[in-house]
Amino acid sequence: MDRIRIVSDKCVGCSLCVKACPPSAIKIVEKKAVIDLAKCNFCGACCEACKKYQAIIIEKEIEKTLKSDIPAYHGVWVFAEQRRGKIASVVFELLGEGKKLAGKLNTYLGAVLLGDKIESEAGKLILYGADRVFVVDDPALKDFHDDSYARTLVELVNEHKPEIVLTGATSVGRSFIPKAAVMLKTGLTADCTGLDIDMERKLLLQTRPAFGGNLMATIICPETRPQMATVRHKVMKASAPQPEKKGEVIKKIISGDSLKLRTQLLKTVEEIEATVNLAEADIIVSGGRGLGKPENFAIIRDLAQQVGGAVGSSRAAVDAGWISYSHQVGQTGKTVCPKLYIACGISGAIQHLAGMQSSEIIVAINKDPDAPIFQVATYGIVGDLFEVIPVLIDQLKK
Amino acid sequence: MNIIVSIKQVPGTTEVRIDPRTNTLIREGVESIINPFDMYALEEGIRLKEKTNGKVTAVTMGPPQAEQALRQALALGVDDGILISDRAFAGSDTWATSYALSAAIKKIGPYDLIICGKQAMDGDTAQVGPGIAVHLDIPYVAWIRKIEEIKHDRIKVERLMEDGYDILEMSLPALITVVKEINTPRMESLKNKMRAKKAVITTWSAADIGANPDYCGLKGSPTTVVRTFVPKREGKHEIIQGATTAEKVVRLVEKIRPVVR
Repeated sequence: MDRIRIVSDKCVGCSLCVKACPPSAIKIVEKKAVIDLAKCNFCGACCEACKKYQAIIIEKEIEKTLKSDIPAYHGVWVFAEQRRGKIASVVFELLGEGKKLAGKLNTYLGAVLLGDKIESEAGKLILYGADRVFVVDDPALKDFHDDSYARTLVELVNEHKPEIVLTGATSVGRSFIPKAAVMLKTGLTADCTGLDIDMERKLLLQTRPAFGGNLMATIICPETRPQMATVRHKVMKASAPQPEKKGEVIKKIISGDSLKLRTQLLKTVEEIEATVNLAEADIIVSGGRGLGKPENFAIIRDLAQQVGGAVGSSRAAVDAGWISYSHQVGQTGKTVCPKLYIACGISGAIQHLAGMQSSEIIVAINKDPDAPIFQVATYGIVGDLFEVIPVLIDQLKK
Repeated sequence: MNIIVSIKQVPGTTEVRIDPRTNTLIREGVESIINPFDMYALEEGIRLKEKTNGKVTAVTMGPPQAEQALRQALALGVDDGILISDRAFAGSDTWATSYALSAAIKKIGPYDLIICGKQAMDGDTAQVGPGIAVHLDIPYVAWIRKIEEIKHDRIKVERLMEDGYDILEMSLPALITVVKEINTPRMESLKNKMRAKKAVITTWSAADIGANPDYCGLKGSPTTVVRTFVPKREGKHEIIQGATTAEKVVRLVEKIRPVVR
């Protein structure tokens, strides 16, 4: 954080600073200025007012990367998210994409692994493309906390200066990376679906959907480093494991202060129904209003089981109380990008499409031939889902 | 208990129209609404205020017409609305936006809890809430689906994760971002509507909140949009034909078999 202090020898208690301070953070106590740090913005208006006496000093911790420093930043980093000691599947996708970017920039691919007794997983990251793995093994990093994860990453970035840092657009990634980016005073682009390098300027081109996928924007971070992005699941391709691949494991020890927590994890609960994580699923079978009643979700579960997929739903089905919110796909629910998305009895409201239209293959089963879902469906069957799905399950069994 | 809810005014639809010549959004003729996720944040703030006999203030950054969003928040039951509006903020990315909002919150004064919706419907970044907390140097937890308990100096919350949920506790003041599951927002009451109509909305400029010009607007934004485009709905769309359901399904299975194994 920024720091501000009064040089008491120089302060004459003139109260010019008091008048100049926009958030009224300064008082005169016993003829000396006193700053209320809870109110101070470090805007510098008081320093300006105190030009004559120079009794107020601000030290800014947040400083943009100096332009001259940019060439000092090398390497493409991937944050190797783990939950309960298991590396998230999106990490392998990021390694695959990171490898391509690192190739274009002629630099190395790094991975950052934080956790407790996690070092054994480092080999897996090398197998999937990492040249260097930075490991911080500490009991304090066993569970995810925004404070400790962000501060640890910031320390590593400040020491090793990567030019790019990629993180999965997961609950964890999208929670703590904004903190790291603000602390580093650098840019962060959320939920990217396309990454490339502008070869001329050596800049990361970050493409992401906005307005629920109706508009794409390409974003750059030209003057600060690292260039940071969270990346959507299932969009990038993991590269094949290379058993011959060699890599370096760099163990890091982080000082106590960065690991201090202001949050306490009391309990973590896995929900039984979410046996397959929607974001990580290769196949999703979703049901909507067309199911008619909650019991009918059984047919969706049967089909999901047959294809080894996860169960999703439209907002209508969640709002009707037929299935829990954690299954909701769409703008106010989850954004998914599986290889196969089967929408059953879902009309295809724009908000639902926003959450699933980047799926590789979309199958729609709906009675209404005019349902908007057919406009995005790769394959559509116009028909009653209660007739179609049982036949589909039978056929798939063959 | 003093609660601050940070909200955003967004276009009432995500069906955007793009001006093909300039490649920018056509905002004319599109009504503006409070970001739907922020409605849950407002509701939670108002509930906490009612429970603790406290005060809830809504704050937003935007053009002068964003005042309308604050009036709507007042109509829902918020006590005060504060708009920060200044040409200096134009072009702000999430870094600069969270900086400006944090500066405004400091000026609002002591607070116990800041509540934000999980993300805005137009930008979908989910970065401003956490950003505000970092600028204020207070703890935060994102994706809250339930406040289990709140005391004068601590809060216990449930955080929605991909595979379940976590229960966490943190000290106050703190910030949370909330998901839809947390509550069902109320309707505007007639009494509050009348009050909202007459209310004076405080508007602060960048200078009023003592924002450092280097951190505001384009200058304070590390990221820049270089290109926007409408995604192509590529690929083919085929309605599978067949005399019977069985025939259609057989054809579908041929198509999807490689993916299903």
